[in-house]
Amino acid sequence: MAFIEVKRPKLAWHEKAFLSTLFKGLRITLSHAWRTFRQIAGGKPKVTMEYPEQKWDSNLPEYYRGAPALVTDEQGRERCVSCQLCEFICPPKAIRITPGEIPNDDPWAKVEKRPREFEIDMIRCIYCGMCEEVCPEQAIYLRKDYAITGLSRAEMVHDKKRLYEIGGQRIGLVNKWNELK
Amino acid sequence: MEALPADLDLAFLVTSLVKIVGLTFMVILPMVAYSVYAERRFSAVIQDRVGPNRVGVPLTLFGFKKDWQLLGIGGLLQPMADGLKFILKEDFTPRSVRTFYYWLAPCLTMVPALLTCAVLPFGSELDFGFLGLNQPVKAVIADLGVGPLYTFAIASLGVYGIVLAGWASNSKYPFLGGIRSSAQMISYEISLGLSVIPVFMVFGELNLPDIASFQDRNGWLILPLWGEGLSIGRWVLWVPMLISFLIFTVAMFAETNRLPFDLAECETELVGGYHTEYSSMKFALFFLGEYAAMIIGSGLAVTLFLGGWSIPFGPVLGLGHVPGETPLWLGLLHIGCFLAKVVGFILFFILIRWSLPRFRFDQLMKFGWLFLFEAALANVLLTAALMVWFPVK
Repeated sequence: MAFIEVKRPKLAWHEKAFLSTLFKGLRITLSHAWRTFRQIAGGKPKVTMEYPEQKWDSNLPEYYRGAPALVTDEQGRERCVSCQLCEFICPPKAIRITPGEIPNDDPWAKVEKRPREFEIDMIRCIYCGMCEEVCPEQAIYLRKDYAITGLSRAEMVHDKKRLYEIGGQRIGLVNKWNELK
Repeated sequence: MEALPADLDLAFLVTSLVKIVGLTFMVILPMVAYSVYAERRFSAVIQDRVGPNRVGVPLTLFGFKKDWQLLGIGGLLQPMADGLKFILKEDFTPRSVRTFYYWLAPCLTMVPALLTCAVLPFGSELDFGFLGLNQPVKAVIADLGVGPLYTFAIASLGVYGIVLAGWASNSKYPFLGGIRSSAQMISYEISLGLSVIPVFMVFGELNLPDIASFQDRNGWLILPLWGEGLSIGRWVLWVPMLISFLIFTVAMFAETNRLPFDLAECETELVGGYHTEYSSMKFALFFLGEYAAMIIGSGLAVTLFLGGWSIPFGPVLGLGHVPGETPLWLGLLHIGCFLAKVVGFILFFILIRWSLPRFRFDQLMKFGWLFLFEAALANVLLTAALMVWFPVK
């Protein structure tokens, strides 16, 4: 490995005394100020995206971790079998599942279980994606919704209906571990 | 004076009251609020950001589609929103504080800062002849013969606010901040006081309105370009005056605890410094006091070195002050000129803050005691020596 000796720059007396460097610094800050001020006055600041008007939704990467949601398969079956693994893994304990039985006369009776109630407290959720990773049925996914708002704590708890609303339908077996995707 | 009960001068009383209320509450306090806004906006553009640009007249509350943004810049009502926020915040007092001093400290920061504006001449004179006042009203609250002495005396009380805040909070960070700040302010007060002595030697008096009108007639102290300012003597004395101005400005930065001298509060080391334990309106008082001190300091620097309310080349252009015969519009123009200069100085304060890093404490002390103090002292001697050959008056 090459050994590179970095020498301290030799400073002239006026640089050591902060005389010329002060004016150099002021010139830099003022030029930045003037440039950005002209951009703002011209109505198009280039460095800041002004959020509610401009959004970056179209640039969201594939792996973006937004709000977790439940999905149904192509036959409209709830994929969740309420095994409660996500509830156990969830680091901030945001998920609460009340398991329920599927009655015998249901066409999906062989699945045996589905959630009676599935709640995710979005105040607690940290968007870590562990629920998605742990789910053996690939029933819970992190979607790209990031603006989760509400006026009360109760409103911030997503119930089963809301979760399926966000999640929608997911068709086919999603090969989570297949690198080709 | 006129305040004797026998011949109580009602006009004097009323105009003084109007000046006090007008200057402190209609000019200084809004300026404080808006210099906070200016600081945020200016720092934002320096750092390639946009800054607070949202708060306008909230028409959306009344069913309109958009808020009304004043002047098209946006965010011009941000200071009101900030003020409202301070009022609505919880005023939390920690249990371990000394309550009396804890309450006293914010007041001791705010009150001296506002008191010092009493002697600042913010304009020449206002002719209210149409209201039946036969004397033009002087645009200064107190026409004292010891103006700058009064200012320094009151301004140095401001250090008590910080020291008491640091001590009464009964907590480590405020304590360190208070100690640092008291050492710093006492050290730099000496340079501050010494740096203006040459100025008073040149003027030969301590009356700030007279100093301002002298500069109006004969050129500003560091820009002697008209009147008697075009003499050789003034230009020779210009050198020590410039040194005075530089020392005064640096010491002023240190006195007002602005960066690069903000060791009293430096967020990165001391959390918030002396006001760590304060919240709500008490914190706001510290904040306001600091900015008010900055405005008054700028006002003093402008009055002493940059001609106060005087318009550049005023007498040449016919915009100078003639005692007793200045029309009202010209008086108002002088006030506007003074405010414009002060605003320019504040913008300079802000620019310096966002350009320079903070000093280390030993560097600060070394700079104050081993350089600034000596330079100010030598400057006094230099001015005295030069004035032997080049007397001003």
